Amino acid sequence: MSVFLRLLGLFFNLFEPVFRLGQKWLGASRIGWLFVGPNLLVISIFTFLPIVINLVYAVTGGVNLLPTQRPFTGVENFAILLECRDYSDLQSCRTDIFWRSIFNTIQFSAIQVVLMLFFSLVTALVLNRKIIGRGFWRGVFFYPVLLSPVVVALIWKWLLQSQGVFNAGLVALGSTPMDWLLDRHWAFFWVVVVSIWAHMGFYTLILLAGLQAIPKDVYEAAEMDAAPPFRVLRRITLPLLMPNLIVVLVLVMIRAVQSFDEVFVLTGGGPGSATTFIVQYIYQTGFAEQIHLYGLAAAASLILAVGLMALTLAQLRLSKASDAGKTKK
Amino acid sequence: MANFVTRTRGRNRLHWTDWVSYAYLVVGLFVMFGPVLWLVMSSFKTESALSQFPPSFLPYSQKEVVVAGFDKPLPLFLAKDESGQTRTLAQVRRIGIMATMVDPAAPETEIRVNINDRKPLNELKFASGNYTELFGKFAFGSYLWNSVFITVVATILTLLFNSMAAFALSKYQFTGQKTVFVLIIATLMIPPTIILVPAFLVISELNLLNNLWGVILPAVATPTGVFLLRQYMLTIPDELLEAARMDNASEWRIYWKIILPLAAPAMAVLAIFSFMWRWNDFLWPLIVLSKSENFTLQLALNAFQGELNTQWHYLLAMTVITLIPITLVFTFLQKYITTGIASAGVK
Repeated sequence: MSVFLRLLGLFFNLFEPVFRLGQKWLGASRIGWLFVGPNLLVISIFTFLPIVINLVYAVTGGVNLLPTQRPFTGVENFAILLECRDYSDLQSCRTDIFWRSIFNTIQFSAIQVVLMLFFSLVTALVLNRKIIGRGFWRGVFFYPVLLSPVVVALIWKWLLQSQGVFNAGLVALGSTPMDWLLDRHWAFFWVVVVSIWAHMGFYTLILLAGLQAIPKDVYEAAEMDAAPPFRVLRRITLPLLMPNLIVVLVLVMIRAVQSFDEVFVLTGGGPGSATTFIVQYIYQTGFAEQIHLYGLAAAASLILAVGLMALTLAQLRLSKASDAGKTKK
Repeated sequence: MANFVTRTRGRNRLHWTDWVSYAYLVVGLFVMFGPVLWLVMSSFKTESALSQFPPSFLPYSQKEVVVAGFDKPLPLFLAKDESGQTRTLAQVRRIGIMATMVDPAAPETEIRVNINDRKPLNELKFASGNYTELFGKFAFGSYLWNSVFITVVATILTLLFNSMAAFALSKYQFTGQKTVFVLIIATLMIPPTIILVPAFLVISELNLLNNLWGVILPAVATPTGVFLLRQYMLTIPDELLEAARMDNASEWRIYWKIILPLAAPAMAVLAIFSFMWRWNDFLWPLIVLSKSENFTLQLALNAFQGELNTQWHYLLAMTVITLIPITLVFTFLQKYITTGIASAGVK
């Protein structure tokens, strides 16, 4: 260890002359640029530059990766994605899989948000009680959050496969085994379950932090009045927890809209397109299919970006409103 | 002890809400850990034990015995012979519903048994072969190495780049400083999924496709890291820096001799996060690394689950190996991870 630290010291010394020179050159205050430089460079190359190029892709067509060699097509990409002859019938859309992925994503986000809020709230309330081994229980619910999406998906794929433990349960109950992931409704159901299993702990933690910030004397007052537990929850806990609930609500939405890895490994978007979400559509159009349609993928990402922006703005609005509500009291 | 267990909020007996709470926790324990435990136990099963239905929790496999005159070990059964006696017999072959069996003690006489009259003799055996064979059969070693290389190098660079930026943003006043800070934080709003295509172009123009550096470089400047470190460094008093400057220390020396050691707790939190992010990464490596020799563990797992549907025993073992580092980090640093996440809201 000490050898490692000494080597690290020697390595760091190498930068000293560069910074001394820079110091002389830039002056004592502007040397900040030298420190922020590497970070800024990386962000510029890999985030800011791509944002600009993404706009170019969205308005050009063809299959060439180089933006300079792509013909300008204007809003054609958006038209391909969004145009339908009859908007009440998905089949008539030029890219019905895109619409399907959007509807799947919205449906998934809506269902997931409700269930995630419910379960993480209940778990946080339980963990906030005086229970034995609180740290351990907190760890139990949090552990899956750290697992990689691929591992999560494979764990559940193994449980759900035709010879898996769920089918053993069905057989033990006298039913016949199921192909859980080959039925479109069940596949969607399990995608929701797995995603809640994997991420619930994270939101529980945020709510738990909120619960612990609620002053104790409010509860003592309620106890003096012999208020029943349910009324305490409805009249004290939930209102005071509202800011955290809103944060969780929006975070769950933003994450749900961007779901990809777990679902991709678990179902591959199938059966059919039952669990194809928008990010998977972008990935497939841009990278996985035979012909890489970068323009379409970029246009779809812009549409996704608009959706995410709306969610973020909604969060700002909501949290401002709840803050205002708090100060009024 | 009993007193301790039954202790409640002031009163002496458990309120019904306590019972409900503990019931919920036990169910939670089962739901959260059960699947992982099932996976780990399954990874120790032999290929044939994996295909058994209904599956057992513990890795049982059929006992085998080496019988003189036969090349392969034969599976053992408890079987009824013609006289109705139950004996331990080894199966030689099976045709239709009749199995040809021999007594391991007297392998010369063949006994024919109806397959309904025999029961496999199982023993508890952890098949470590699933793990050891990974290294010979696949380029598993290189997947592991790729994952470790990306995780370690990206984490070191993340710490370096982010702490330098955080130092500049917390300890200097320079023109454009606010703009830089806002720009860096603004990237929080831009999820990587949105700039997938152009980021791919940049990587390919830099000739970093199918190169581990193509995964590492875009990841080393994280807004979360800058924010986390900056907030921490703001609490370090400026007087320390002034004193060092009086002693004619260069700004670089101030950074790595004074600021870095003092920011160690925040650096540790960021190191843990960076480790988890990079080890678990999937979508970006999936796009950058398309040749299988460059795969990380996550990519290899994904590729295998598509291709080797029948080879669950390897797939399970590989999955377990992939989840070990995270589990270890979590076991030892649980407190720091949960408090770090609760306070910074990062993941």
